Amino acid sequence: MLHETAIVLTAFVYLGVLFAIAYYADERADAGRSVIASPYIYSLSLAVYATAWTFYGSVGRAASDGVGFLPIYIGPTLMIALWWVVLRKILRISKQNRITSLADFIASRYGKSALLGGLVTVIAVIGILPYISLQLKAVSNSFTILVQYPEIVMPAKVGALSIRQDTALWVALILAAFTIAFGTRHLDAAEHHQGMVAAIAFESLVKLLAFLAVGVFVTFGIYDGFGDLFGRAAAQPKLRAMLTPLEGVAGGYANWVWLTILSMMAIMFLPRQFQVAVIENVDEKHINKAIWLFPLYMLAINVFVLPIAFGGLLRFPDGSVDADTFVLTLPMAEKREFLALLVFIGGLSAATGMVIVETIALSTMVCNDLVMPVLLRLRRLRLNERRDLTGLLLGIRRGAIVLILLLGYLYFKLAGEAYALVSIGLISFAAVAQFAPAILGGIFWKGGTRAGALSGLSAGFAVWLYTLLLPALARSGWLPIGLLDQGPFGIELLKPLQLFGLSGLDQISHAMIWSMIANIGAYVIGSLSASPSADEHRQASLFVDVFKQTGEAGGARFWRGTASAPDLYSLLARFLGTATADSAFCEYSGAKGLDWPDARLIADAELVHYVEVQLAGAIGAASARVMVASVVKEEALTIDEVRDILDEASQVVVYSHKLEQKSRELEAATAELREANKRLTELDRLKDDFVSTVTHELRTPLTSIRAFTEILLDDPEVDTEQRKKFLGIITKEAERLTRLINQVLDLAKIESGKADWVESRVDMKEVISDTLAAMDQLFREKNIKIEARLPEKVSTVTVDLDRMIQVMLNLLSNAVKFCDSANGWIEVALSERDGGIRVDVRDNGRGISLEDHEAVFSKFHQVGDTLTDKPHGSGLGLHISRQIVEHFGGRMWVESTLGSGARFSFTLPTGAGA
Amino acid sequence: MSEFESKGQRFVALCMLGMVLFNYPILALFNVSGTLFGVPVLYAYIFIAWAALIALMALVAESRS
Repeated sequence: MLHETAIVLTAFVYLGVLFAIAYYADERADAGRSVIASPYIYSLSLAVYATAWTFYGSVGRAASDGVGFLPIYIGPTLMIALWWVVLRKILRISKQNRITSLADFIASRYGKSALLGGLVTVIAVIGILPYISLQLKAVSNSFTILVQYPEIVMPAKVGALSIRQDTALWVALILAAFTIAFGTRHLDAAEHHQGMVAAIAFESLVKLLAFLAVGVFVTFGIYDGFGDLFGRAAAQPKLRAMLTPLEGVAGGYANWVWLTILSMMAIMFLPRQFQVAVIENVDEKHINKAIWLFPLYMLAINVFVLPIAFGGLLRFPDGSVDADTFVLTLPMAEKREFLALLVFIGGLSAATGMVIVETIALSTMVCNDLVMPVLLRLRRLRLNERRDLTGLLLGIRRGAIVLILLLGYLYFKLAGEAYALVSIGLISFAAVAQFAPAILGGIFWKGGTRAGALSGLSAGFAVWLYTLLLPALARSGWLPIGLLDQGPFGIELLKPLQLFGLSGLDQISHAMIWSMIANIGAYVIGSLSASPSADEHRQASLFVDVFKQTGEAGGARFWRGTASAPDLYSLLARFLGTATADSAFCEYSGAKGLDWPDARLIADAELVHYVEVQLAGAIGAASARVMVASVVKEEALTIDEVRDILDEASQVVVYSHKLEQKSRELEAATAELREANKRLTELDRLKDDFVSTVTHELRTPLTSIRAFTEILLDDPEVDTEQRKKFLGIITKEAERLTRLINQVLDLAKIESGKADWVESRVDMKEVISDTLAAMDQLFREKNIKIEARLPEKVSTVTVDLDRMIQVMLNLLSNAVKFCDSANGWIEVALSERDGGIRVDVRDNGRGISLEDHEAVFSKFHQVGDTLTDKPHGSGLGLHISRQIVEHFGGRMWVESTLGSGARFSFTLPTGAGA
Repeated sequence: MSEFESKGQRFVALCMLGMVLFNYPILALFNVSGTLFGVPVLYAYIFIAWAALIALMALVAESRS
C-alpha cells in the first residue's frame, strides 16, 4: 500500500540526498579538492540529456512507432563522434573568453552584441518552455497515477483538481526553490556549479538503474526473456503488424533522418547540454572518455525501451492506459509497489536533473544577456555607482528561475495535454536547432557577421513559432483550429502544417526543413551582404583561429586607450565582491612578478582585457564590455587597424615559414655561386696564362724572323751563302709560327667542343705503319734506329683517322727531338688486352723527372729551362694529343725516370668509340 | 600530420560511417520480418551496429597516436 504521504516523503528524502551531495561537492571544491574533476563524473553529468522524455516518453513513442524513438539517441552518438573537432574548439573558445552561456557564446562571437545575446536568450527561453512543461507533466502524472495505487487510472480521468491537488504547480514551485538553493547560492566568476554537477551525475545513475530495473523486471520477470516477449507479441494479430517489419522506420526514412539531424543539434545546443558539456567542464581531456562513455549510457538506457513498450501493449491491450506511463503502470499492475516507487524516483531524478540544469543555464542567460544589458544602459538607475552588485545579480537569477518554471507550468496548462511527451520535447529540440548555423558557422567561418546571425536566428525562430508553436496552441483550443485546417485567412498555401503545400512529412521534419532553409539562408545572405565592424572582425578571428592563439592575452592586442588600475579594481569588486576581486588582482600581479596591492599596476591593454574577461565570467561578455568601457577611455580601433593587427598576426607565421625557406634557398644559391665563382677565377687565370704564354711563344719565332730580315735589309752585302742560310731560318721560323697558330686554333676548337670529328673504324696498326713510313726520311737524317713491334692483327677502334695520325706524329716527333743525339733509338709497340689496344712510344733520351710527368701534358709546357734552351716545340702537341685520346675514351700517360729515356703510352677502347 | 589532426579525421570518418549505418538504404535492408535471437531483426541490427560504433569511438578516443 502506497500512501500519498509516503510518496511525498520519499520524494523529499531523495531531493534532500541530492542537496547533501551538492553541498558536499561545493565544500570540497572550496577546499580545492574537486570531486567532479573526473571524466566519469563529466560523462555522467552529460547524461542530463536523458530526461523524463527518455524515462517515460521513449516507451510511449516505441508503442506507437517501433524504433522511431531511437534517432533521438543515435543522432547524438554521431554528433559526439565529431566532438573531437567541434566541442574541443568550443571549449577552448569558451575558456579563453570566459563564456558563461550559449547566449554569451553567440553574442561574444558576433562582436559582443547585446542585441544578439538578448535574441538568443528569448529564443532559448521560449523554445525550452515546452521541454520544461514536459518534465512537469511527467512528474505530476506519475505522482497522480502512483497515488491511485493499486488502481490504475489515467490522470485525465481523475477529474478536476483543486489548487491544492494541482501537482504540476507544486512540482514547479518545489523545483524552483530547489534550483535556487542549488544554483544561486553564491556568484562564481567562472559560473562553475560543482555541487550541481555532482548531484546531476548522481541523478544519472539513479535514473539508469531505475529504468534498467523495470526493463529487467518486465523482460525477465513478467516474461521469459526477449524471445518470449517478442514471440507473444507476434502471436497477437494487432501487435504482429507492428513487429514484422518494425514500424517507425517504415513510417518514413525522411522523418528518421530529420530526427537524427535534429538531435545532433540538440546534444550541442540545448542550453543545459551546453552548460554541462562546456561551461561546467573542468578539463578538456575529459572529452576523451565522454566520447564513448556517454553514448554507451544512451545505449544502455534504451535497450529495454521496446520490450517495455510491447510488454505494456500486451498487458493493457484495450488502450485504456497511456503508453507514456507503461514504465510506471507495469510494475503497479504486477503489484510491485517498491519497484513502482523506484520508478517514480527514477522519473523524478530524470525530470529534476533536466529542470535544475536547464533553468540555471537559462537564468544565467536571462540575467547576463537580457536583464543586465538593459539595466546597465538605463542611466537613471545609476548602477554604475552602486558599490556591490552581487546581490542584484543573484536576485535577478532567482527571479528568472521562478519565472521560467512558472512559464513552463503555464505552457503545460495551455498546450501540454494535447501532445505525447516526445512530441512536446521535439518542439524544443527544433527551437534550439536554430542556434546551429550561428554557432557552427561562427566557429568555422570568419565571414559570419552579426547582421547574418541576427537575421538567421530571427527567420528560423519565426518559422518555428509559425509551424510548431502556433499549431500546438491551436490544437489545445487556444487558437481557432481552422488556422490549421484552412490556413490563415483561408490561404491554403500558408497552412502552418503544410507550408507552401509541402506535405507527406511529420510536423517536426516539415518545420525543420522550412526553418533551416530560412535560418541558414538569412544567415549566409546577411553575412555576405553586410561588412563586419572592427569588433566583429576581431571576435571572428579570436573564435575561428582559437587554436592559433596563445593564452588569454590574445584579445589584449586589440585594445588602445587609457585606464587606471584602481578604477578597474573597484569595477571588479562591485560585481564580484572584494574577495574575488582581490584574488583576481593578486593572481594577475603574481603572474607579472609584482605584489598586489603594494605594487603600482600599469593599467595597460593586458590588465583591461583581464578585468573584462573576469567580469564576463559573472555578467556576460556584452555587459562586461559596456561596464569596462564606462571606467576606461577607449580609443576605438578602426576596422582597418583591426584587420592590420589580424593580418599581421596570421601573416607573421606564414612569412616566417617563407623566410626560412627563402634563406635555405639563398644559402644553397650562395654556395653554388661561390663554387661557380671559384671556377671562373680559375678559368680566368688559365686564360690569362694562356694568352701570355701564347704571345710569348708567338714572339720567339717572330723575333728571329724580324732579326734576320732586318740583317738582310740593312746589309745588301751579305753573301749568297749567308743569305741562303738566313732565309732558311726565316722560312723555318715562319713554318713554326704557322704550326703554332694552327695548333692554338685546333686546341681552341677541341676545348670549346666545336671540333669536327670524323669517326670510322680504324686499324691502329696501319696508322702506326703509315706514320713511320712518312717520318722515315726524318729518322734517316737524324740517324735514329726505329724498332716497331706490331702484332699480326689487332681489333679496330672507332676514332678519327687524321686525328690519330696527328697523335702518332706528335709522339714520334717528340721522341725524335728528345732521343739520344748520338745513338738515337725509338721503339713503337702495339698490343691488345682487356677490351682495348695500347700504343707505347719509347725513346732513349734524357727522360722526364717524376714531378714533370703530368706537367708535360699541360699547355705550353716546355721541358727544360726555357730561358737557356732553345724551344723544341710549341708545347701544345702533347696537350692536344691527350685531348684527342681522351675524347675517344682512352687514356695517355708517360713513364720515365730522369736519364733513362721516356715511354709515352696511350690506350683506346676497342668497343664502340665515344 | 599532428596527433590531433589524425584523431580528428578518424572521428569524422566514424561519424560518416554512422551516417551510412543508420540511414536509408542500409536500414531498409534490415527492416524485414523475422527475428534474431528472438529479437526483431531491425532492433537487433540497430543495437549491434550502435554498440560497434561506440566501441570504435572508444578505440580512437583512447588511442595514443
